[in-house]
Amino acid sequence: MSLNKSDVEKIAHLARLTIDEADVADYARDLNNILNLVEQMGAADTAEVSPMAHPLDAHQRLRPDIVTEHDQRELFQSIAPETEAGVYLVPKVIE
Amino acid sequence: MHNKTLSELSEMLHKGEVTSVELTRHFLDRIKAHNTELNAFISVCEESALAQAAAADEQLKNKTAGKLTGIPMAHKDIFCTKGVRTSCASKMLDSFVSPYDATVVEKIAASGMVMLGKTNMDEFAMGSSNETSYYGPVKNPWDTDRVPGGSSGGSAAAVAARLAPIATGTDTGGSIRQPSSLCNLTGLKPTYGRISRYGMIAFASSLDQAGPMAANAEDAALLMNAMSGFDERDSTSVEREVPDYTATLNDSLEGLRIGLPKEYFGEGLDPQVAATIETAIKEFEKLGATIKEISLPNTHLAVPTYYVVAPAECSSNLSRMDGVRFGHRAENPRDLQDLYQRSRSEGFGAEVKRRIMIGTYVLSAGYYDAYYLKAQQCRRLISDEFQQAFNEVDVIMGPTAPTTAFKLGEKTDDPVAMYLADIYTISTNLAGLPGMSIPAGFAEGLPTGLQIIGNYFDEGRLLNIAHRYQQVTNWHKQVPAAFA
Repeated sequence: MSLNKSDVEKIAHLARLTIDEADVADYARDLNNILNLVEQMGAADTAEVSPMAHPLDAHQRLRPDIVTEHDQRELFQSIAPETEAGVYLVPKVIE
Repeated sequence: MHNKTLSELSEMLHKGEVTSVELTRHFLDRIKAHNTELNAFISVCEESALAQAAAADEQLKNKTAGKLTGIPMAHKDIFCTKGVRTSCASKMLDSFVSPYDATVVEKIAASGMVMLGKTNMDEFAMGSSNETSYYGPVKNPWDTDRVPGGSSGGSAAAVAARLAPIATGTDTGGSIRQPSSLCNLTGLKPTYGRISRYGMIAFASSLDQAGPMAANAEDAALLMNAMSGFDERDSTSVEREVPDYTATLNDSLEGLRIGLPKEYFGEGLDPQVAATIETAIKEFEKLGATIKEISLPNTHLAVPTYYVVAPAECSSNLSRMDGVRFGHRAENPRDLQDLYQRSRSEGFGAEVKRRIMIGTYVLSAGYYDAYYLKAQQCRRLISDEFQQAFNEVDVIMGPTAPTTAFKLGEKTDDPVAMYLADIYTISTNLAGLPGMSIPAGFAEGLPTGLQIIGNYFDEGRLLNIAHRYQQVTNWHKQVPAAFA
């Protein structure tokens, strides 16, 4: 299958990106070229193959349930674009 | 002074023949003289470097110094450095000053090394030519009309031009090995999990791995000693003892079984690059190794598989860049949606957007089985066939990259052509195996790289093989004339 302009706009929206109208055709071409490359996987017979999530088949480590992180709110918020009274500010979402 | 090995520099420092401050100034001066031309550094940390050097000199005086104390180095700008801008070569993080150090940064600082600055790279490590950087492309010191490779192009150019004795890089699909090949360096991508990823800005979490980019194998071994080891802050870090990588450098290669995958020598490989690789292989025969042709028939699946797995993971990892907690934020957003969309669209470059969109698409409802699941299955096929090969041979060798350094701008309009620059390196990331690139000669004045792939945790063996080769060849000692 091939992505058209409206597919590209939909994907961009899902990814929370805006693509300039003038660039949509270029993105559609590039994404289709990449997907054509990806389609070459189709030639492989993987019916009996279990998917590989981790090269060493590692398992999630557990740790004791103790506090290891300390409150560094001021430090972390010092690099935030907009904060007030210890919270991050975003445009109003509830009227 | 800038052409000395780490061991030589260490000896000079310990004997008091030079101070760390003098050595650091020497490299800072070289950066000042050459960085405008090469664009290898995004940030130069003169003040903190000199302070670290002064502290190192104290330790040297007190006899509390270690092997690496006082030796300057550079970090790829993907590693978080407390109090120093960590940009990942993106407009998104242009003003991001990390509140903490990456484990790799912490460990290298603890070894007493001096950080000269942060090196240029492809934006969020997505690229093979260092041309996607927000701060502009890096030039290859061997020919400044050409790319240094990527994504660790700034680290490669910095070490190749001797603006730093050694540097760190990261490798998701070849980003240490391919630039090492294009710039005549010794670069090692260790086994997945060998080195902590904590504080290393994530691109594709199941593939990313940090490693050294050095002038020779012994230097790389020394930095590996400092970088490696278990870290509880990285859930994929492997709990396994770290050997002294310098202890086995001189082991004999007698009886070493080298496999040459026929798929790595086929169509697409530049004949002149192939000739240098064949000559290098003969050198290993002289050192006592035996050569066997092998087959890795699923090699052709590696690039397609990678361009599902890596974008999928990057689309997830980069969702944290939303203009709220750190990084670029669009001005006067209309609403929350507008804040997200414009912050991200203004902050990311075109290649990053392409990969986020591919990742978003392959993970979107209804496509999971066709893309992501299929890719993870292909990944198993690739990994299994490496394991079969390692039943017959100890290491696998071939070219690192299909060509020497290409011209700036040559592949920027064709993402897929750019992706194929990593055709020989991507498989090892998918399998999680260690891989190395070492200087193997020159084709029309440009360096070529021999890739050596080992089984899991065989870094010591790879460094040993590289070191023995470097005892009988001098390709790794060649430096670009303009920066000698």
